[in-house]
Formats: sequence, C-alpha cells, structure tokens
Amino acid sequence: MSVKLNWIGYKTLVRKEIKRILRIWGQTIVPPAITMTLYFIIFGNLIGKRIGQMDGVDYMTFIVPGLVMMSVITNSYGNMVSSFFGAKFGRHIEELLVSPLPSYVIVAGYVSGAMTRGLIVGFVVSLIAMQFTHIAVSNILITVSIALLTSILFALAGMVNAIFAEKFDDIAIIPTFILTPLTYLGGVFYSISLLPEFWQKVSAFNPIFYIINGFRYGMLGQSDVSIGTAYAIILVFIGLLGSLCLWLVHTGKGLRS
Amino acid sequence: MALEITDLIKTYANGVEALKGISLSVEQGDFFALLGPNGAGKSTLIGIISSLVNSTSGDVKVFGDSVRKNRSAAMRHLGLVPQEFNFNQFESPLDIVVNQAGYYGLTRPLALERAEKYLRQLQLWDKHDKPSRQLSGGMKRRLMIARAMVHEPELLILDEPTAGVDIEIRREMWGFIKGINEAGTTVILTTHYLEEAEQLCRNIAIINHGKLVRNTDVKSLLASLDMETFLLDLREPLSTAPTVEGISTRLVDPNQIEAIVPRERSLNNLFSALDQAGVRVLSMRNKANRLEELFMRMINDDNQDKTEDSAA
Repeated sequence: MSVKLNWIGYKTLVRKEIKRILRIWGQTIVPPAITMTLYFIIFGNLIGKRIGQMDGVDYMTFIVPGLVMMSVITNSYGNMVSSFFGAKFGRHIEELLVSPLPSYVIVAGYVSGAMTRGLIVGFVVSLIAMQFTHIAVSNILITVSIALLTSILFALAGMVNAIFAEKFDDIAIIPTFILTPLTYLGGVFYSISLLPEFWQKVSAFNPIFYIINGFRYGMLGQSDVSIGTAYAIILVFIGLLGSLCLWLVHTGKGLRS
Repeated sequence: MALEITDLIKTYANGVEALKGISLSVEQGDFFALLGPNGAGKSTLIGIISSLVNSTSGDVKVFGDSVRKNRSAAMRHLGLVPQEFNFNQFESPLDIVVNQAGYYGLTRPLALERAEKYLRQLQLWDKHDKPSRQLSGGMKRRLMIARAMVHEPELLILDEPTAGVDIEIRREMWGFIKGINEAGTTVILTTHYLEEAEQLCRNIAIINHGKLVRNTDVKSLLASLDMETFLLDLREPLSTAPTVEGISTRLVDPNQIEAIVPRERSLNNLFSALDQAGVRVLSMRNKANRLEELFMRMINDDNQDKTEDSAA
C-alpha cells in the first residue's frame, strides 16, 4: 500500500519539476542551447579549422562529446540547486517535509527532475552539433548510460549544495569556482596527451575528466581513459553523494530546525 | 487520543530553550486552542508535531503514531496550516493543492476532485489557474487551508489562520473550520484573537516560556474569572470617578469610567451607586474579551513568578 502511495508521491514531484522546467523554458533550455551554439561556431568551426585534427578526428567532432557532457553536468546541477534551494528559500519545501513521503522519494523526485533538464539540454545540444558535423555514435548503450549516470551524479551534487546553502551566493560559489574549472580542465576542448606530464597527473584527480572521456568513448570510440574506470568513478560518486543526500534529508540537516 | 505530547523538550543549537518539558493531550474530535504570547513556544510545538522541527527529547504521537519513530504514518493523520505563507507563489492554487494531494498518495483524478471541492468551499475557484502571488492575503490564507484539507486529515492544525484577515472573511473562515470540526476532524488552533478561541474552542492550553501554564476546558476557565473589567460611556463629563463600595473605579477620560467588578459583587451594585451619584450611563462594554482578561492575568502571574524565581 505504502509503495503505491509513495509512487504517486514520486510521480507528483517529478511532474511538478518538469512543469517548472517547461514553464521557465527561456531560462532552463534556451540559454544553454545558445551558449553551446556559440562554442560550436567559435571553437569548432572558426578556430577548429586551424587546429585540424585531435586524437585522429576533426576538432569539431572531438569537442562534441565534451560540450554535450558539459551541458548535462551544468544543467542537472543547476536545476537541482535552483529548484531545491528555491523551495527551501521560499519555504515550500515544507509541503514535502510535512507530508508522509520518505526521504528517498523526495531525493528521487528532485533528482529525476534535474536529470530531465540535463538530458533535455544534452539532447538539444546534440541536435545542434549535428548541424555542424556528422556524428556516428560508436556505442549507443555506453553513450546513453554515461549521460544518464552523469545527470544523476550532478543532480545529487547539486542537492548537497542546495541543502547546505543559506543564501543565493552559496549556490553560485560551487558552480563558479569548482564545477566550471573542473569541466573546462576535464578535457572538453583538448586531449590530455597535449598536456605536460605533470598536468596529466593532476588531471587524473579530476573526476569530470573521466566522465567526459567515458562519454567521448561512447560517441567516438576513443578516449584518454578506460571506460571501466569512467563507470567505476561515476558509480562510486553516485553511491557517496546519494547516501549523503539521503542522510541529510532524513535527518533534516539544513531543512528541519 | 488525537494527540499525545510527552515531556517534550526543544533546545535550539544557539542554546535557546524553546520547550521545557511540555506534556498534554488532545482528544479525538476536540476543538483545541493553543495560546501563548509571542515567543512562548507555540510555533516550535507545532513544528515538532508536524515534523518540521526535531525535538531534543520527549515524544509526540498523532493518533497513536509516534512522529519520532514512525513519521510517515503520523503525518498521514495530519494537516497543517502554518503561520507564514509557504507555497510556491509562481504556481497556481490548483497546482499547489493537487500536488499536495499527490504527496499524500491521492490519485490524480481524486486529487483534482478534492482540490476543486475545497477551492470552491473556500471561494478560491475563480482564481484556481492564476499565479498564487496574485492572491490577496486572505485568499492566500484560505489557499493554505484548502491545501491542508485536500487529503482530509483527522487532525488539522491551524497556526494563526486568521492573522491579518478582515472581520468578514475571518467569520467565514470560522464557519468553515467549525464545519470541519463538526464533521469529525480534530482541530488545534493557535491565535492571538482570544475572542476566536472563546467562540470556537472547547479546550485550551496556555503556554508561556516553553512551559504549560494551564490546560483545561474553556467553560471552567471562564468560570474561574473572579473579576471583570467594564468600560462605561457617560452622558455628561465627570471630573472625578464616583466611589462605589467593593468596586474599583477610575476615570479613563471625562466621558468614560473603568470599573473592575469582583465576582461577589454585581452590576446592580455598580448601577445603583452610579444612579445615586447622578451619573447617567449611555453604554457599557467589557474592556477586553473575558478569555483575554484571564489570559493576560495568567501570563502576567507566570512572568512575575519567573522574575521572583530568578531574583531568588
């Protein structure tokens, strides 16, 4: 009985989140699409022609997986922090906290909403990329699974940020000072083989580097890291952040007084 | 029992002791008032009952289900109308109420049916698809009642539901809440309008400084009122208050007398003395609502005890 009630609660929360994404589509879907189009035009088309090939493929083709992943990462994360922190700030998170929904349903509902935006934007960016270059996906299963898992991972990371955040500045600090640098340094625009040995070793500590390369393996069939390592790193982080989110929501840290 | 609170203590992280061991119970079907001055601990108590605040120790049971040990089951019995607006102002009233129904496991067709029923009853249906930020203050309060009622809880808690609402809407809300109680829902109300508590509630708890000062039924509480204060408007102005044996009088202004009448005296004593002194009275009213008078006295006594304790 309670499984059925929780399932209805989960569906309600996901529907509410999707409705929010679509209601403010001018903020959630259009801006990343425009930004990525500019990346494709400037880096891929204009500068890329002078660069030629990277890791045996056109530079334009090389940057597509990284830019798609960048969109998935920033939009899953961004949706979670803005929606969850907005609910906390506007106090309507209390609608969920006084309801009988268990913590895992609240976490799953918000994560599903954030995944939806990350994947919608990732799909839109892929469609835009197809206007600039021909992409033959090497392994659809790996491509889709890495995208799905990455959206889960960054939705969970966004939830941790939103739970601890007390003001709007707090939800801007992590994306600006941690997420964006790690994404840019994660091999979106270059192969790690171009870096000096020292920076190659530093890059090995950047989890986003494995994620982008895992996705690149799925799309192009080549990568700077093994696909097994990419999966392992994503799953370990999902496990850690997922457990942390469940514990935080269950105990009410940052949510209940 | 609809609600059983046992030895409830709440100390916030900053060291503030909001509740210092409160125990009380509310019977099924009761209309119960929870009163206390600002900062007495009412909102903390309601927060713990509705699981928005974690207690330091003690337990709360809602229809036998412990909030601490079996939160989900306890919350299914409960509907909460909080003091502050806590809904998404960008969503429509219909979405807000239907979503809340979904969180309680109501199927979408049933949620839509119930949402329409309560939005109509609370005269909000005309605005059901407008962004809720466009609603007036009174409409927003009614929206929170509709949201709390959509899963038809057995216990409804209203934390100052009529604050800032004009008298006409307030009376309509009283009628609605009274109807809910008569239909079997247990209602707990906090309010600063003591007239509201006197008119609606059967039982009452007064808390001050995180402790229970009094827990009794409204009738016997009012019966314990040993004196009442009246204001009398005069036909002609006076320069001094007339003396009445056994009744304390004072001139509020040349056209108004305040008279404190003890229970053992009667208004007849007052009026015959005034009549003999040639004072003509135009009208008379209670200075404060009777419950308000008792409430103020109890809170003042309690505050005085606290001051004496700390001085000792």
